[in-house]
Amino acid sequence: MRTGRHLHIFYLLISVAAVQLLTFALGKGFYLTQLTMTAYYSLIIIGLCLLMGYAGQISLGHAGFFAIGGYTSAVLTTLDLSAHKSTALAGVLTKLSILVARQDLYGEQALSLHPWAACIIALLLTVVIAYAIGVPVLKLKGHYLAMATLGFGTIIYSIVLGTQQFGAADGISSVPAFPLLPGLTVSGAAGLRISNYYIAWGLVACGMLLLLNLINSRVGRALRSIHGAEDAASAMGVDTAAYKLRTFVLSAALAAVAGVFLTHYNGGIGPSEASIMKSVRYVAIVAVGGMSSLWGTLIMSAVLNFLSLRGYFGSLDDAVFGAILIVIMLFSPEGILQFDVKEMVKKMLRKEQP
Amino acid sequence: MFLELFFQYLVAGLTYGTIYAIVGIGFNIIYNTTGIINFAQGEFVMLGGMTAVTLHAFLPLPLAILGAVLITMAVGGLIEMVFIRWLVKPSVLRMIIITIGISILVREAALVIWGEGVRSLPYFTGNEISALSFGGVRVSPQVLWSLGVCGVVVVLLNLFFKFTMLGREMRACAANRDAATLCGIPTRNMITLSFVLSAGIGALAGCVVSPITQTQYAIGSGLAIKGFTVAILGGLGNSMAAVAAGFILGILESFSIWVMPTAYKDAISISLLLAMLFLRPSGLFGNREAFKLKDF
Repeated sequence: MRTGRHLHIFYLLISVAAVQLLTFALGKGFYLTQLTMTAYYSLIIIGLCLLMGYAGQISLGHAGFFAIGGYTSAVLTTLDLSAHKSTALAGVLTKLSILVARQDLYGEQALSLHPWAACIIALLLTVVIAYAIGVPVLKLKGHYLAMATLGFGTIIYSIVLGTQQFGAADGISSVPAFPLLPGLTVSGAAGLRISNYYIAWGLVACGMLLLLNLINSRVGRALRSIHGAEDAASAMGVDTAAYKLRTFVLSAALAAVAGVFLTHYNGGIGPSEASIMKSVRYVAIVAVGGMSSLWGTLIMSAVLNFLSLRGYFGSLDDAVFGAILIVIMLFSPEGILQFDVKEMVKKMLRKEQP
Repeated sequence: MFLELFFQYLVAGLTYGTIYAIVGIGFNIIYNTTGIINFAQGEFVMLGGMTAVTLHAFLPLPLAILGAVLITMAVGGLIEMVFIRWLVKPSVLRMIIITIGISILVREAALVIWGEGVRSLPYFTGNEISALSFGGVRVSPQVLWSLGVCGVVVVLLNLFFKFTMLGREMRACAANRDAATLCGIPTRNMITLSFVLSAGIGALAGCVVSPITQTQYAIGSGLAIKGFTVAILGGLGNSMAAVAAGFILGILESFSIWVMPTAYKDAISISLLLAMLFLRPSGLFGNREAFKLKDF
């Protein structure tokens, strides 16, 4: 089992490399930009897959967590603290290189938080918020849970859209690059396209490894028992509330990581990233991937996000995802990869007989 | 002056309250017969308003509204028959996702048909600036129209559910679907009927408030959240309470503008929704004991 899991991750890395070589061979290097963004969206989606497919809890507010991560990082790295340069604290922080000097849009010197520091703060903030929201929300079930998470997403969206510090409808732009390690920088610069492609998909591979290990452990079995029958799981001594909460926080944190990285990659973030339609889209992709299939979800996410980002759906983008939701839920709630045509036909024929 | 401003905000709150109440009632009708929360409820309001505006181009206003209500009822029935009727005991998660999908499709279809433009029906009596004055408080006649229509709808619905055979059959279906089937009530048709009915009520609301709030393809989802808040606030399934809850929410929102930026208006009502869900999911007027017995 263990070797199988690692083998699959290995296949993933091989196909990632193969796709890169393919774009190189075809001279379509610019595809890598969309493929990199696809990777970050996939990171949210596999986290949501863990929550929906394995713990059985729907979330219609995951774009909210993405936005919390992205916006926190964007605000902290663009905030100019030069006015407080002379204070003792600023001096210490500058020595520790938590504060870094950079040039702003107009070529003037500005002093801002290092992206690593901003990233860590963004993650901590997301975890705290997810915890605070998760405790009451996860006590709800069914429609109430769906509406509560939808409400959370809407609140984040209206705050982001209505607050001047977050750039209101314009969002935040000119977010600096994220120097991850010496030689590795998350940035949208054309020269760094290939390295960024590998950073993004490497992150997805790490996420997959983490989640695969999780679902094949004691925790994963507990989660599946919750999905199957929560009362029964609780009777068997599974601390259902704690498991649901931790899963919720973990998937929120993955969404926030994706938010931070994509914001630095794009060099900005706008309120549309927090919209309900984004959350619904993530749910749609998890549904197409088969709810409780991490690999299925990852494959569908890669395909659908890439097609959507390249603009293949045109102005019908949202309609395509709406149609996908309905068709999958009506005909094949187990996901498209599990769709069994023979079984479907058999079922239909059986219905015809008296 | 202060008092006048107070009443002016109150009237604005009542106006929005009526539309929230009607969307909430629409939720309740479908929830009562099917146990489904129809996330596409707000889309019916949008469809009603948009269709009426289009029909009004070549029909007199009352006929245009009647036509819009009938068309939206047909759409509601069609949606139920195509997407929901043939599912055998679908899970709640599946139903949530399907109705969300329906709402997206309806919205996108409206975008293709009507474009992004904001439209509105003309005022039923008078125009934008005509107003009735009540001791210094100026009220548009359209506000009275929407209050009146809301009142008539609630009374008629109550009479329908209490005194007509069809209404009683629907209530039987709500109380216990299996028992209703055994009594010879065609439960599937009752479910279709509940979609038709709530689509019609939503469309009527969409027409009445269109002159004041205007109609655009994307207004549906916001209204759905408000309507759901109202339905929860009153206690899911209780239409009379939904009306009271609608006024409460409308007035709260209207006064929140007084003290906070308008952009946060939605956040207020949704925070209220979350607080209700966490603290008292049975609703302000609901019975806690009875709520615990419900299958949720």
